[in-house]
Amino acid sequence: MTKSPFWRRFTRNKGALAGIVVLAIVVVVALLGPWIATNDPWGMVQQPFLRPWTEPGFALGTDTLGRDILSGMIYGARISLLIGAVSTVVALLIGITLGAVAGYFGGLIDSALMRFTEIFQAVPSFALAIVLVAIFQPSVGSIVTAIAIVSWPPVARLVRSEFLTLRQRDFVQAALLAGQSTPRIILTQILPNAMSPIIVMASLMVATAILLESSLSFLGLGDPNQMSWGYMVGSARTVLRQAWWMALFPGLAIVLTVLALNLVGEGLSDGLNTRLDGRTK
Amino acid sequence: MSGAINPTQPVLDIVDLSISLPASADRALAVERASLAVLPGQTLCVVGESGSGKSMIANAVMGLLPRPHVAPVAGRILFEGTDLLTLTEAQMRELRGRRIGMVFQEPMTALNPVMRIGEQIGEVFDAHMTVPAAEKRRRILAALADVGLPDPELTIDSYPFRLSGGQRQRVMIACALVLEPVLLICDEPTTALDVTTQAQILKLMRELQQRRGTAVLFITHDFGVVSEIADHVVVMQTGQLVEAGSARDVLDAPQHPYTRKLIDAIPDGQARRATPTDEVVRVLQVQDLCKTYRSGNGLFKRGRSVQAAKDISFELKRGETLGLVGESGSGKSSVGRCLVGLAPFDSGRILFKGRHLSQGAAFRREAAGKIQMVFQDPYASLNPRHKVGSAIADGPIVQGVSKSEAMARALELLKLVGLGADAAQRYPHEFSGGQRQRIAIARALAMQPELLVADEPVSALDVSVQAQVLELFAQVREQFQLAMVFITHDLRVAGQMCDHIAVMQRGEVVEYGETHQVLGNPQHAYTRKLIAAVPRLTQQTQHLTMAVA
Repeated sequence: MTKSPFWRRFTRNKGALAGIVVLAIVVVVALLGPWIATNDPWGMVQQPFLRPWTEPGFALGTDTLGRDILSGMIYGARISLLIGAVSTVVALLIGITLGAVAGYFGGLIDSALMRFTEIFQAVPSFALAIVLVAIFQPSVGSIVTAIAIVSWPPVARLVRSEFLTLRQRDFVQAALLAGQSTPRIILTQILPNAMSPIIVMASLMVATAILLESSLSFLGLGDPNQMSWGYMVGSARTVLRQAWWMALFPGLAIVLTVLALNLVGEGLSDGLNTRLDGRTK
Repeated sequence: MSGAINPTQPVLDIVDLSISLPASADRALAVERASLAVLPGQTLCVVGESGSGKSMIANAVMGLLPRPHVAPVAGRILFEGTDLLTLTEAQMRELRGRRIGMVFQEPMTALNPVMRIGEQIGEVFDAHMTVPAAEKRRRILAALADVGLPDPELTIDSYPFRLSGGQRQRVMIACALVLEPVLLICDEPTTALDVTTQAQILKLMRELQQRRGTAVLFITHDFGVVSEIADHVVVMQTGQLVEAGSARDVLDAPQHPYTRKLIDAIPDGQARRATPTDEVVRVLQVQDLCKTYRSGNGLFKRGRSVQAAKDISFELKRGETLGLVGESGSGKSSVGRCLVGLAPFDSGRILFKGRHLSQGAAFRREAAGKIQMVFQDPYASLNPRHKVGSAIADGPIVQGVSKSEAMARALELLKLVGLGADAAQRYPHEFSGGQRQRIAIARALAMQPELLVADEPVSALDVSVQAQVLELFAQVREQFQLAMVFITHDLRVAGQMCDHIAVMQRGEVVEYGETHQVLGNPQHAYTRKLIAAVPRLTQQTQHLTMAVA
């Protein structure tokens, strides 16, 4: 019932449809990675500097050490999506909790939590992420933590502002009069109504997280046991003029995935925007 | 600019106009073969319930329809002999503001909040002509003085937030009339205002019209307003004109059953006589309730304080209804919110069934859901993400009623308020305003309350729907022996619903007594002013004047 108008609005956005196709391909590749990839991404399996489309089985060529670039990209998709998704979930948990509490209670609690949020917003997020990863040793866990820590403040801000307006609504007042408990009001009355902008923001946050992870790997702060797109671009930069393909293909993968996520985010925002349907949110 | 106006030649002549709706709408045409004519210096009222297509006509004349989904498909709109439907957007822009002015319903949102009043009116000049700045200012000042705004010199440089709703509507009228258009379109210009302001605005429009000979196309759902202002009336029902004629004929001898229904739906202002009861249970006692709002308390400036309630005292027995009546800003809603425990109060006591209630969350715990509220805006009072059934059942479940029993009670209540049991599985957006208000009443009743506070529960509804909802209130009051506090700005509604009336002005109760006494023999000047402001049909005027005399 409620799905159909959402899909109608979502599919009206052609960019979002393209985005979801690209994203679906990346997800499938990531899930089936070990079965698709023909080689170990770290194994030196061919001569170095092999150009693309010259040797069967090595469609995208090899890198400076003779490692298969296609296999590297397939494994990179796994790590990029994993870090993007998990760090976004963690950031959402922190951001929604703080934002909801600040927006619902207001007053002193709100001021205290928002000043706390501003501490994180005042530090350049990428610099903070570098510092955090460097302190805790690069690993998937530390990278996820670092990205989550630098990306929750906008979520908290957004959720707080939604809560500030929604808690004034009459249906919340009615729930108060019925004697519903505070957690129940926050979770069942207000949060479902604030979900649309949160979902849209989440899809864009996955994209930002993937970019952050790539940037960290590019600087050599990636997990040393995981092949990632950022690491591949980073290690290819010294030979960029001799071997364009080593940086181009992983770079394209980053661009396409991030673009797809942004397009999907825009489509979600169209699809979830029911304001046009009437005065209900 | 315009030549000699022929008084019999209509300024606006709409011939067989049909306006299409998008395919997903409930009917194919918003307006079907509508014809009407507005004569110079006269007012034509288009009357109908919401959804009847009356605003579509106004927007079609102004060329403001959301094309291509909603567009005129047949007919002509002749304005001074030219068909507006054949004009280009540039030509339409030339007409808007200069030859046709428009006043919208919602004065609070029609003005740009970051522009001074003078600049906003000045934009009309800038769009149509080049006028020297000094000359422009002089004309704006004259326009502001013309619509009866106090201190035009001060108003011209102030921002909209400094003005009240009625003053903003005056600014909108000044804006629409500043270039002296021959036609003024008003789309429910007084619906968002309270009675006294409405009476002033209607008086102003009549005066301006007589002075300038402007033709007015006036859209409203309220036959009270029609009888105050109209020369001619057309009645619309689901896109079709069902009746047209001079105001007197339509009001005195309505031909079409729909017109009769609309006229009958107007609360007749008959004062309800309190039935003397031997009921001794006092459900609510309020003693010396005081509430002050303080705002803008900053580090460097003193805060502003507004006294919303000052020494309010009254009491309410089981089965009785008290009406709190006053203009907006009189503090009646604040008192209502204090009564249900949604707002803290400064001093005084609220006793519920003889028990003193403390403040804030403790208040609501002690009341245990036995004090319920019905809110004004039926669109904001239901959670759009909750099914109607669970919205009603949620409250009792929280109070410890089992899930199946709460659900059964919800279904029963839905039937009681006139919606089928299948409504429980649907979402609020599938219901109309009146139906939502019924759901809100069912939700309040589900808690088996002993006191119901209704804050302007019918003022967002059409007159005919309003009558049905009021009937429902009366029915549940009898059935559940509810004590009710009924907050309204409409004396007609209060007279019909309440046993006692308390008239509030600036936070104080200026008159308190039995309904027929307050309405029949008002003691305070403010009460008399409120009664005089009520738009009413002529027969009733006689009736009430007799009562007053």
